Amino acid sequence: MTPRPGLVLEVDGSTPPTLFWHGERFVLEKLPEGSRVVYAPEPLVPLEDPVGAIRHALLHPLGDRDPLPAMLRPGMRLTVCFDDVSLPLPPMQAPDVRQLVMEQVLDMAAEAGVDDVVLVAALALHRRMTEAELRHALGDRIYEAFAPNGLLTQHDAEDPDNLVHLGTTDKGEDVEINKRAATSDLIVYVNINLVAMDGGHKSVATGLASYRSLRHHHNPKTMVHSRSFMDAPSSELHSSNWRMGRLIADSGVKVFQIETTLNTDTFPRQFGFLQRREWEWSVRDRAMYAAAAAALDRTPPRVARQVFHSIRAPHALVSVQAGEVEAVHAVTTANIWKQQGVEVDGQTDILTMGLPYISPYNVNSIMNPILVACLGLGYFFNLYRGQPLVRRGGVVILHHPTSWEFHPGHHPSYIDFFEEVLSDTTDPVEISKTYEESFATDPWYVHLYRTGHAYHGVHPFYMWYWCAHALDHLGRVIVVGGDPAAVRRMGFSPATRLADALEMASDVVGRSPSLTHLHTPPLLMADVR
Amino acid sequence: MRSLVFERNLPRFAASRIASTLGSGRGAAVGPLRLLDTEPPELPGPGWVRVSPLLSGICGSDLATLDGRSSRYFEHVVSFPFVPGHEVVGVLETGARVVIEPVLGCAARGIDPPCPACARGQLGNCERLAFGHLRPGLQTGYCADTGGGWSHAGLVAHESQLHAVPGTFLDEDAVVVEPVACATHAVCNAGLQGGETVAVVGAGTLGLAVVAAVSALSVAGHVGAPGALFVGARYPHQRRLAGELGASAALAPDQLGRAVRRKTGSLSMADPRPGRPGGPLTGGADVVFDCVGSADSIDQSLAVVRPRGRVVLVGMPGRIHVDLAPLWHREVRLLGAYAYGTERLASGATARTFDLAFEVVAAHGLGRLVSATYPIERFEEAVQHAGAAGRRGSVKVAFDLRHNEARHHGDLRHNEARHHGDLRHNEARHHGDGRDGDARHLARSTTSGRDGRSSTGGTS
Repeated sequence: MTPRPGLVLEVDGSTPPTLFWHGERFVLEKLPEGSRVVYAPEPLVPLEDPVGAIRHALLHPLGDRDPLPAMLRPGMRLTVCFDDVSLPLPPMQAPDVRQLVMEQVLDMAAEAGVDDVVLVAALALHRRMTEAELRHALGDRIYEAFAPNGLLTQHDAEDPDNLVHLGTTDKGEDVEINKRAATSDLIVYVNINLVAMDGGHKSVATGLASYRSLRHHHNPKTMVHSRSFMDAPSSELHSSNWRMGRLIADSGVKVFQIETTLNTDTFPRQFGFLQRREWEWSVRDRAMYAAAAAALDRTPPRVARQVFHSIRAPHALVSVQAGEVEAVHAVTTANIWKQQGVEVDGQTDILTMGLPYISPYNVNSIMNPILVACLGLGYFFNLYRGQPLVRRGGVVILHHPTSWEFHPGHHPSYIDFFEEVLSDTTDPVEISKTYEESFATDPWYVHLYRTGHAYHGVHPFYMWYWCAHALDHLGRVIVVGGDPAAVRRMGFSPATRLADALEMASDVVGRSPSLTHLHTPPLLMADVR
Repeated sequence: MRSLVFERNLPRFAASRIASTLGSGRGAAVGPLRLLDTEPPELPGPGWVRVSPLLSGICGSDLATLDGRSSRYFEHVVSFPFVPGHEVVGVLETGARVVIEPVLGCAARGIDPPCPACARGQLGNCERLAFGHLRPGLQTGYCADTGGGWSHAGLVAHESQLHAVPGTFLDEDAVVVEPVACATHAVCNAGLQGGETVAVVGAGTLGLAVVAAVSALSVAGHVGAPGALFVGARYPHQRRLAGELGASAALAPDQLGRAVRRKTGSLSMADPRPGRPGGPLTGGADVVFDCVGSADSIDQSLAVVRPRGRVVLVGMPGRIHVDLAPLWHREVRLLGAYAYGTERLASGATARTFDLAFEVVAAHGLGRLVSATYPIERFEEAVQHAGAAGRRGSVKVAFDLRHNEARHHGDLRHNEARHHGDLRHNEARHHGDGRDGDARHLARSTTSGRDGRSSTGGTS
């Protein structure tokens, strides 16, 4: 059966309550009549033969690239880079698509007699992956073949001996990336393109870059002018990455880009109700929801977190393309829109969204308040093309517990950012000017990033900058069910219930506002006309 | 006349120690402190005067005594039975308001020539605390001969112990001069240099007084101005007050180490995994004032001080278990800071600690730290309140010995306003609202006190 496209439902008296994520729980909320609910398209049908499709892509590249085997020769330096633990969300059931792709790439390299092969996890300023996470992404076979010999590496943006400055763009942007990759005869980059923002020149120009390079596009000015991140032609973030990517290409670095898209089959059967539209819930779905909700109500948050983070998504490969970066990425982007795009007529006064337990930066970790803000205002707010779902001066209502809780090993600088910086100001520009440098160069954060599993010291700043466009655009942000102190620290307003939040929103948007709910999961992108 | 008397009574002492395990201050009801009818103490000799207490504070050391947690070290420098109360503003028979400098040094004890410490003006270091014509007693409030502030019978004080209260001071301002003098002494002896990072552990009366003293004395140029002054405070009202008194940042205790680390660019020995205990910084603050005196606070102080830095013990410790390995390894200087005397200032000049303390109190309006007052008849409640001051949103709890019914009955609205730090209320009082018995004393002391706040005599 052909998957149905997304739709915009208008709530009426017969519409059942709408499902909202609420961290490690979910709730059903009755939305006011006349509200709109944006539903994602159903998951696309997976490729019947993913291994064959990958092989086909490698042998039939797009753009100005030879088939991969033709680019491989004995004596060459080959660096195979791959997206890190932040993708996909949730982590997918084994085998991970990176494993499927890289096994074929490495087999081809072996057949071509390439001996000098190094794998690089393209972390940018993300935390290093654990052995378990690497094994899950790459499979035991690759891990055992490379890790014991030191050939499975993780990009270190603070290693002066393994960075090379390739030049500056015509806009004065430093391009400094991983030296091993830059000095290789060929970089093969294996992407998982979960959303339209992923991939393209951003893979190498961001994933393998240093702080010196990243600060040129990870800043409030760029973020405010990226409208949205999901629409590359309208995204200054992407423009900057494209300039850098072309400079990388012009400096002689050859990239063979492999991009993959997954369907939005996000949760296993026991959570099947999360994937379905509420009025179509079967008796089994209702029973599963009731059982899950009741169980989660009785489960301590820490245990619930462990349960959810153990979920492996049944994501399936729906497209794979390889070759020259820009040619590949154009096809990838179209494929992502095919899976996630929904046409929406006009903006709304109030946009509601339920936020889940996971974001790209807390896989196997704690969703701290800054990540809550980033997921809601940085990611979900930006899931649009054309214009934001919510009008300028409108209100976003987030549904999340927003606990004042941090993972000290993964997010040490987030703690200080929350305590020291946000207690002073929430203005991204002011934050950037006053605090960024000292966090970015703090030796303790550098140490934890390089030797532990910590995000870089500047990373919470980037998360806050991701919110810059929304903060600039919105009249108010309200968090339902959040820790009031944590919510207020970020400059948002806490509300106990959705009804309270709507009442509070009326101060900004009047007594008869329009309301649109961004229904996730699964992920969607609104094409707002 | 009614007085609170602390007797040597081992069964009651044991009972108070047990009761205090339920919370500081709980020992008052069952311990050696009793409300008795007493006669005014005899004047020990020439140069002694009678003082009628107006307000007398409840100090951390008082609580430790009442809870049976005081160090046995003090056994030799107290004499029983004694009337507690060494934070005292009182009135002389002349009508002059005075604050008592309670240390009973050589001058008070009739020892001449004085011991070397008293000769240097370092009264707190007096070497004759158990000698002379008085029975042992390190301070008024711990000596059987002098009485103490928790009494309607009054106390006796040597003229060397008296400090005139400026007419602009409320009784509440005056009663905190003594603890502020303790803080002032600690600050003056910490060797503060300009630009140093300073941390304060604990923000009860002493911690807040240290913050106020660092701010006021550095502004006056008496000590180096810190580059940053961080305060670890458990309760929100303490953090608010610390910020008002000049802290760069007033933080929850678990945030203090992180803030100091950030400021000083230190690394940390802490295990970054969730739920793991913190560890010491590799660098840290130049000076840490421990204003609690517990094992935990000393541990924290040693964790956040830099190698060769100074930890100043302002809070009174007892017998506690502390790992001194970091002190040894990092060559940290651990300084005691007891009482007061004469301070050497950055300019090279000297000044009486109490004179400086009056300046600090005036600069910050520290009478606002007095959160609640009780008549001595309600001493059990008062002591329990003092023992739970932080938790109850309070700072300083004092006994009110003024014969004013409204005050004696607690005037809860008044206390509530103080609980919430009603500065406007305090400011109104600073300017003399004339609505209660204070006005009478204030008028007298305005004429008899000296605005220069110098001692009325003695060793200065």
